[in-house]
Amino acid sequence: MNPQVLTLILGRIGVAVVTLLIVSLIVFAATEMLPGDVVQILLGQAATPEAVAGLRQAMNLDQPAIMRFAGWLGGLAQGDLGHSYANRMAVAELIGGRLANTLKLAALTAGFSVPIALMLGITTAIWRGSLFDRAVSSIVVAVISVPEFLVATLAVLVFAVWLGWLPALSFGGDTSDIWAVLRAYAMPVITLSFVVSAQMIRMTRAAVIETLKAPYVEMAFLKGASRSRMVLRHALPNAIGPIVNAMALSLSYLLGGVIIVETIFNYPGIAKLMVDAVSTRDLPLIQGCAMIFCLGYLTLITIADVVAILANPRLRH
Amino acid sequence: MSQALSLRNLSPRNMGWHVSPVGVLAACVIAFWAVMAMVGPWIAPHPPGQIVDYDFFGPLSAEYPLGTDYLGRDMLSRVLAGARFTVGISLAAVMLACTAGIVLGMAAAVLGGWTDTAISRVLDAVSSIPSKLFGLVVVAAIGSSIPVLIGVLAVVYTPGSYRFARALAVNVNTMDYVTVARARGERTAYLIRAEIMPNILGPVLADMGLRFVFIVLMLSGLSFLGLGVQPPNADWGSLVRENMGGLSFGAPAVIMPSIAIATLTISVNLLIDNLPTRIRDRSE
Repeated sequence: MNPQVLTLILGRIGVAVVTLLIVSLIVFAATEMLPGDVVQILLGQAATPEAVAGLRQAMNLDQPAIMRFAGWLGGLAQGDLGHSYANRMAVAELIGGRLANTLKLAALTAGFSVPIALMLGITTAIWRGSLFDRAVSSIVVAVISVPEFLVATLAVLVFAVWLGWLPALSFGGDTSDIWAVLRAYAMPVITLSFVVSAQMIRMTRAAVIETLKAPYVEMAFLKGASRSRMVLRHALPNAIGPIVNAMALSLSYLLGGVIIVETIFNYPGIAKLMVDAVSTRDLPLIQGCAMIFCLGYLTLITIADVVAILANPRLRH
Repeated sequence: MSQALSLRNLSPRNMGWHVSPVGVLAACVIAFWAVMAMVGPWIAPHPPGQIVDYDFFGPLSAEYPLGTDYLGRDMLSRVLAGARFTVGISLAAVMLACTAGIVLGMAAAVLGGWTDTAISRVLDAVSSIPSKLFGLVVVAAIGSSIPVLIGVLAVVYTPGSYRFARALAVNVNTMDYVTVARARGERTAYLIRAEIMPNILGPVLADMGLRFVFIVLMLSGLSFLGLGVQPPNADWGSLVRENMGGLSFGAPAVIMPSIAIATLTISVNLLIDNLPTRIRDRSE
């Protein structure tokens, strides 16, 4: 790897870090605007003014916002996310198990949807304009243009109500039976896979077709290469960059998807934790969750950018 | 284009104004919902908030064509009333987002230099926050009301519109006629209004349609989480949310508002895919 590319990639990571700082400021400012005084809520209506002032001091709420932001950022750098207002537990501890659950869901979804989407994206590009292509593309447009909760609702209707194969809205919790675990995960994973695959198929197909337009591919075709050889041997190696880029971007749709899906299926993940924290006005918890989401999102976007730089020499200048 | 302009072939199809049947159908569905958003509450058979049936999650019947909801209210009336919220809020938000995005995008392209860099960096930072998360936190922070919803949706979708308009405007900006106008000593406002805008308008309008779909989806998502339009009013997302209890036995009250959302968003997508090439393609 030559130093020029390395500088470019380091620069890209630098931009991501700066963006994360700006994002942390926005997240902090937004949660600051939450209405209602936390101290009043915690102590109740009967609290004496002295008690309110004391707790306010103990929670560092008497300091100006900018000082609290600096303190929060400092803690963040050391992995200390603060303590929940609601039950005084460490936010890191609350998030830990929930994050693992969400990552499990995301990993399963990615494991399902990436191979399927790759296959469908490439095959639709090979047989572009065929009945198969048009059928897949129509379904993709339909899935992309409806909200995630609609896909979830449909999945429940089809698999739980009409076919009766899967439980509708329950998450089993800890079961040792592998079949029961699979059944419990099936519904959220199916829903998320649908949403994410649709994005991926669309972008993969577009990336391969874009490469197929290149003159050298036309040359291969004129030489007499078959359609599949043309795509697999000639076009695909050059489309890998854009495809990985598309994969990373589509996986970032997972983040929006999990918020809805975890709420619908009552799945004990970090998005559900955050939606609940919003309703209890638990600032440190909201901030922690939001930062984790933005970190994941920025990581995926940065990976997409770095891959694009590595794959396309023209972007290096 | 020379062939299309020859007199013999002067028909809409060859002028690039041809609309496919799918596009016409999609336009009809969109027009239907647009009319419903305006007159829906007046032609609704029952007041949308009134409990008219003692049976909840009622089936389709002659008196209640779309069934009844979880309280026994008429679903048809509620879906018609919801059209005004879903279509109205989304339309207002997309207008704001695209106006801001297009004006800033054209200004950035024409002015260039540090103005361009500054606007681009700020909007990049905004767009690096996952949109649902941003909506969730802000709406929860300031409380949900219709102006807040419109504002949040507009802010979330401005960067995308800006990026699209700027990319188009940068291309037009290098054209000879723009250079000539600049050499003539025309002012920036004139360049933007008279030289750049007419040449990017078509694709920008198509992009606006796509953004309208995104906004409808996000509004429905927020309402579904209970952060959107608040009771007693209800948009289509809220209608799905409040009737979720009927899902396990497939009540029409859950399905009907879902169909309403799907028909609107899919139609807009289909219309854009089938737009006349003269509007959709970048001006040649």
